Amino acid sequence: MDSVHASKENKRAQRWYKFFVYLVLIILAITIVVPIAWVFMASVKSNPEFYGNPWTLPKHFEWNNFVSAWTTAGMGRYLGNSVFVTALALVLLIIIALPASYVLARFKFIGQKFWNGYFMVGLFINANYIVVPIFLMLLGGDQFLQRTLGSTFFLNNLWVLALVYAATALPFTIYLLTNYFRTLPQSFEEAAYIDGAGYMKTFLSVMAPMARPSIITVILFNFLSFWNEYIMALTLIPGANKTLPVGLLNLSAAQKSAQNYGQLYAGLVIVMLPTLILYILVQKQLTKGMTVGGVKG
Amino acid sequence: MTGSNSARTRFIWLCLSPAVILMAIFMLYPVVSVFQMSLYKWGGYSPDKQFVGFDNFKILAGDMNFIRSFQNTILLIVVVTVFTLAFALVFAAILTRVKFKGIGLFRVIFYIPNILSIVVISAMFSAIYDPTQGLLNSFLRLFHPANWAGIQWLGNEKIVIFSLAITLIWQAIGYYMVMYMSSMASIPEDLYESSALDGAGVLKQFFSITLPLTWSTIRTTLTFFVISTINLSFLLVTAMTGGGPNGSTEVFLSYMYKQANTNSAYGYGMAIGVVVFGFSFILSAVLQAITKRDIYEF
Repeated sequence: MDSVHASKENKRAQRWYKFFVYLVLIILAITIVVPIAWVFMASVKSNPEFYGNPWTLPKHFEWNNFVSAWTTAGMGRYLGNSVFVTALALVLLIIIALPASYVLARFKFIGQKFWNGYFMVGLFINANYIVVPIFLMLLGGDQFLQRTLGSTFFLNNLWVLALVYAATALPFTIYLLTNYFRTLPQSFEEAAYIDGAGYMKTFLSVMAPMARPSIITVILFNFLSFWNEYIMALTLIPGANKTLPVGLLNLSAAQKSAQNYGQLYAGLVIVMLPTLILYILVQKQLTKGMTVGGVKG
Repeated sequence: MTGSNSARTRFIWLCLSPAVILMAIFMLYPVVSVFQMSLYKWGGYSPDKQFVGFDNFKILAGDMNFIRSFQNTILLIVVVTVFTLAFALVFAAILTRVKFKGIGLFRVIFYIPNILSIVVISAMFSAIYDPTQGLLNSFLRLFHPANWAGIQWLGNEKIVIFSLAITLIWQAIGYYMVMYMSSMASIPEDLYESSALDGAGVLKQFFSITLPLTWSTIRTTLTFFVISTINLSFLLVTAMTGGGPNGSTEVFLSYMYKQANTNSAYGYGMAIGVVVFGFSFILSAVLQAITKRDIYEF
C-alpha cells in the first residue's frame, strides 16, 4: 500500500519534472529562434515601420529593401567576392593539405616526426594574433613592388586573401586528414603498387577518393569559417573589393546615421541565408563532425 | 614497394613542401615577427625601427587602458565560462537522459548561433539592445509604466559588458552542449538503471555519474573557453561597440588591434599580443592543473 502511494507520488514528480524541463528548453529555443525570425521579418518592413513597436508585423512585403541592399549597398557584389574567396580558399586548402596529410600519415621518412610537430605547432596559432603582422608583410611587399614596378599586388587582392585563409586553416585540416589516413588499412596501397601504379597514381586514384568523408567534414567547417570571417578581410582588403561580412559591417555603421533599417536587415538576411540553408541540409554531419575537436574564433 | 628510392623521396617532398612553405610564410613568420616587433618602437609606415628592449612592456604595465582591457577580459572569461558551462552541461544532460518528443529539434535549434557570423550576431544584438526600438526593452516595457525610459544595454558603462557576456553565452551554449552530449552518450545506460534502483534521483545521478564521467571533456573545454572567449570577445567588440562607451568594453585583442592598426603603434600593439598569448597559455595550464582528478572509467 505504502509503495503504491510512493510510486504515485513519484509519477507526479516525474510529470512535473518533465513539464519543467520542457518549459526551460522551449524558453532557450525561443531566445534563439525569435531574434533570427525577427530579422527575416524586419527585412521586408518599410522604413517608417521601424519607428514604434518592433513587434508589429509588416503591412506589405517591402522587397525594395533587398534591391537597395543588393545594388546601392553593393551586397550583390560583395556576395560574389565572398563566393569567390570561399571557393578558392577551399580548393587551395584541399589541394595543399590532402597530399601533405597523406605523406605524413602513410610514409616513413627522415624528419617525419619533425614535420608532424611542425604542423601541430600551428594548431596553437590563432589568426587574430597575426592579422597585423600579415598585413605589414603584405604592405611591405606592396611598397617594394611600388618602388620597382610601380604597381601593387598583395593588399586588396582576393586571391591573396584566399591564400591566407587556406594557410591559416592548414594545421587543423592536416591534423584531421592525417588522423583519417592513419585509420585506413595498408593493403590498399600494396595492391595498387602490385598493379604497377606509381606513388602519384596510387595517391590520386586510390587513396584520395577514400578520404572523401573527412574531406567533406573539412569543407563544411571551413566553409563556415571562411564565409563568416571578417577581421582578416577587413584588414587585408581596405579597398572596395570587400567580402560580405565586411560589407555588412559597413552597412551597419552607415545605418547609424542614415537610418536605413530595411536595407540593413535585408543585408543581414543575405549574409546568413547561405549558412542557414547549408546547416539545415547537413546539420547531422556538422554536429557529428565537430566532436573531433577544434576551437571556434 | 615500387620505384627507386629517389622517386619516393621526390614524391614525399612534392606533397609536403607546398604546405610547409605556406605555413612558414603566413603563420610562423608572422608569429616570430610579433615577438620581434614587440621589442621595437615602430610607427609602421616610417621605415625607422628603433630597438627599445622591454620598454613597450614597461609602458604596458602602467597603461590604465590596457589594465582596463585586462579586467574586462577576465570578467568576460569568468562570466561566460561559468554560465555557458552550467547551461550547456544541464541541457546536454537533459537532452541525452530524458526521452521525449522533439528532442532532435531542440538540438538542431540550439546549435544555430554557432553557424552565424559574428558580424550577423552583432547586428542582431544591436537591434535587440536598442534602447528605444529594441526587442528587449519593448518586451520589458510590458511590465513597466508607459513612460519607462528603458535600459541602455549598450550605452551604460556598467551594463554594457554584461550585455556582451549575454551575447557570447547565447552564441556558445549550443556548441558546448553538442560537445558534452557526445561525451555523455557514451555513458552506459545500466549505470543509471542500477543507481535508480538504489533510489538515486535525477540530481544525484547528475552529480555522481554524469559529471564525473564527462570530467575529461569538461577539462578540455575549459581551455577552449579561455581561448575562444579571448578571440570572440575581440571580434564581437570590434563589430558591435568598438570598445566603447568610453573604453568600458575594451578587451585584450581589441586594444591590440586598435594600437596597431588605428594608432599605427605596431611595436606597442605587438607587445600586447605577446602578453595576451602568454596570459592565455598560463591560464589554460593553471586550469588544467587545478581541475586534475583521477579519471573515472566505466
